[in-house]
Amino acid sequence: MSQSTNNNWIEVCKLDEIPPSQARTVNAGDVQIAVFRLTDDRVKAIENRCPHKNGPLAEGIISGDDILCPLHNWRIHLDDGQVAAPDEGCVKTYTTKVENGQVFLSL
Amino acid sequence: MSKKKLVMIGNGMAGVRAIEEILKANPDMFDITIFGAEKYPNYNRIMLSPVLAGDTTIEDIILNDEKWYSDNDITLHMGKRIKEIQRGYKKVIAEDGTEAEYDNLIIATGSNPFIIPIPGHDKQGVMAFRDIDDCDKMFEAAKTYKKAAVIGGGLLGLEAAKGLMHLGMEATVIHDQATLMNMQLDTPAGEMLRAELEDQGIKFKTSTLTTEVVGDERVTGLKFKDGSTLDCDLLIMAVGIRPNMALAKDCGLFCNRGIVVNDYMQTVTDPAIYTVGECAEHRGIAYGLVAPLFEQAKTLAYMITGQGLKAYEGSVVSTKLKISGVDVFSAGDFMGTPGADIIELMDKVGGVYKKIVLEDDKIKGVVMFGDTADGPTFFQWMQDGKDVSEQRSTMLFSASGLGDSGHSGVDLAAEMSDETVVCGCNGITKKDVVDSIVKGGLTTRKEITACTKAAGSCGGCAGLVDQILASTLGTAFVESEHDPICGCTDLNHEQVKEQIKTKKLTMVREVMNVLEWKKEGCQVCRPAINYYIGMLFPEDSKDDRTSRIANEKMHANIQKDGTFSVIPRIYGGETTADELMKIATVAKKYNVPTVKITGGQRIDLLGIKKEDLTNVWKDLDMDCGYAYGKALRTVKTCVGSNWCRFGTQDSTSLGIHLEKQLDRIWFPAKVKLAVSGCPRNCAEATIKDVGIVGVEGGWEISTGGNGGVHVVATELLCIVETAEEVEEVSKAYLQHYRETGRHNERCAPWQKRVGLEGIKALVVDNLENRKALVERLHTYLAQQEKDPWAERIEDAEKENSKTFSEYKLIDIPVRVEAS
Repeated sequence: MSQSTNNNWIEVCKLDEIPPSQARTVNAGDVQIAVFRLTDDRVKAIENRCPHKNGPLAEGIISGDDILCPLHNWRIHLDDGQVAAPDEGCVKTYTTKVENGQVFLSL
Repeated sequence: MSKKKLVMIGNGMAGVRAIEEILKANPDMFDITIFGAEKYPNYNRIMLSPVLAGDTTIEDIILNDEKWYSDNDITLHMGKRIKEIQRGYKKVIAEDGTEAEYDNLIIATGSNPFIIPIPGHDKQGVMAFRDIDDCDKMFEAAKTYKKAAVIGGGLLGLEAAKGLMHLGMEATVIHDQATLMNMQLDTPAGEMLRAELEDQGIKFKTSTLTTEVVGDERVTGLKFKDGSTLDCDLLIMAVGIRPNMALAKDCGLFCNRGIVVNDYMQTVTDPAIYTVGECAEHRGIAYGLVAPLFEQAKTLAYMITGQGLKAYEGSVVSTKLKISGVDVFSAGDFMGTPGADIIELMDKVGGVYKKIVLEDDKIKGVVMFGDTADGPTFFQWMQDGKDVSEQRSTMLFSASGLGDSGHSGVDLAAEMSDETVVCGCNGITKKDVVDSIVKGGLTTRKEITACTKAAGSCGGCAGLVDQILASTLGTAFVESEHDPICGCTDLNHEQVKEQIKTKKLTMVREVMNVLEWKKEGCQVCRPAINYYIGMLFPEDSKDDRTSRIANEKMHANIQKDGTFSVIPRIYGGETTADELMKIATVAKKYNVPTVKITGGQRIDLLGIKKEDLTNVWKDLDMDCGYAYGKALRTVKTCVGSNWCRFGTQDSTSLGIHLEKQLDRIWFPAKVKLAVSGCPRNCAEATIKDVGIVGVEGGWEISTGGNGGVHVVATELLCIVETAEEVEEVSKAYLQHYRETGRHNERCAPWQKRVGLEGIKALVVDNLENRKALVERLHTYLAQQEKDPWAERIEDAEKENSKTFSEYKLIDIPVRVEAS
């Protein structure tokens, strides 16, 4: 899926400001981005909008490297934004990095 | 000691059943060799018709695969026809020269289809319907030819016709009698069957004798006695079978209609030779149904293995069949002599017909069409000579058709005696089925069939087996009893709960690791594990918020647009002007788009943004209403004796008290209570998880109701005198539910599953246990002292709070445009 590549890093928050295995919602103009802190402290970011009924993905349950949408349990892979079968669709993903406990997004 | 040599000619259902019985009786006694003329292992001949009709496949009807023969060290010669038995040398010789010596020989050659020797019967395209090869021939023929005729309106003929239709041929059945299946059905039942089959597209010519098969090399038509004709290019003869006794005759065994045997299935001529099945004639009868053959097999096995004498005294047969999707049953003298005492039920539209012929209040014969569930019971009553004068007014109304309330709540399966034969094909009694369920812990019909063979042959008794299953397991019967929680694990709820308890696992991840979860856990299993941990170890575990679904994590209900709804506690549904003003102020301040009174007497503020939640809660300054969780939602009350002129009890006060007592408890699923002040029941208590209704001098507590998709009324748990007892019993009941309910299982299905009587015993009658339950609930409650909203408000007000930081949005100075 389309992933932004110009490495224009934006500071988001500190890693410990995201509760473990949960997410924060980030406002970036017209778009909301869900930034997830996985069990092993890797950070993933995708648009906070399920392709099914626009469910806020940040509120879902993290299952491995997937997020389960809180509205109808669609399973979305956080790496590539692909929706797991039998459902279909794709969510925009964003590159992230963590440096010195600081989370960055590339937009 | 070397084993004795046992040879069997024939590899069909009766013979192989005899071998199975012998192996059961003494697995090490014989070296066994079996010769079968067909090139298949033992298959279920009864199921050939469904194979033809495309409902099943050859593989599926194999009863004993080749592995079974090798596992039991049986030498199997498939496709080898025996041409001679040399009794003097005690050996048999196959057409290809293979020889086998025997100490004991079983002849189980079955029967041959009868071909009527009318002119032209030997033309191409004229065939029988008896084995897999015949099936193959019919499959082949249907590719080239389109018009089939079937002579014989018995079971086999009708099923052949059905199968041919399925293969795309036109099928006409010619029957010499007026009534189809006249051996098993009376005229009305035969008519109903005919109408049903005509609907399915089969044509009939009844009371018609065929006199000639016409055509050159291949059949092109039939001539009938009345001068009429019929064009056809395939002709199936299904007029009956004849015992196959040529080999026996040739070696000098006494034969009449079949090979004559004594009561121990030994041939009367040679005690070393036994015979079983359709080729055997016992007391003048050669049976063609499966059930008697299986009885014979058992007798033979007893005798040949020296287990003692178990004489076979002949069988009284009943017929229970499924023909082209229609169930039919008959037994005894179902025609009835003129003037006989007959009770009948005829529902032409519904396709049900039942007739019982009585004599001196005893059943003489039964014929049933469409609904045959009670057939075996009637058959048993007939054999027992039971006096049915008490049953006669209700016996035709099937228990299966009346649902739970039928026969004044009496379950037919429960009423059947242990000896009642359930599966006529395999001679399986109710006791056999029940034993297999109880001892084997079986929960599905499939398992029962695998274990006992019941419902494994014609399948006509499948419904009955289900009934017995349901009645044996009680109302707890659910197909999915052993289903795993979800795709992440093979364990079911009970197993997971048990493992958490015995291994003292107190973290969700730990549970998934130790119990070898296949996946990362999902929205089904993780909340379940989290609940079980919290329920089992209230003092030694911490709630795992990452394993809670959005509503329970956020303490508000997520709505379709991603906003939330907020419902504060209004205990017992009784509010005040001050409270209402607070709510109104909040609604104005946050521009709440919708304010709604809920079905449970609460006020719902809908459309609140995530980032506003903590502020809304703070401004409301009311307790969290738990309207989002698997928790006590509301205690609905009526105004009760304080105001109502009919009120007998103070329902509002009790409701408020209960709601305060049961607040902040996680349950397997949501819980709703209601308290009504009198039996007019304005609070609708009888569709709640726990419903309390005030009566003169006390309270009725009823439980397990539900007002959702499936409306369930509560069942009476007990009547108590005081409000204190109501509190204690309700707490004990709910704690018992917390401990034994499955996650996401409401009280109604839980109560149905575990049974009200058991619950009563534990939470009402056993006072000690009742107190212990309440105590455990209190231990749990002691750990839940903080209101979740208050907790989050507190956290939000801290500098740099991190615990519940997900309520706050992060703004970054970048504009990403919507795609």
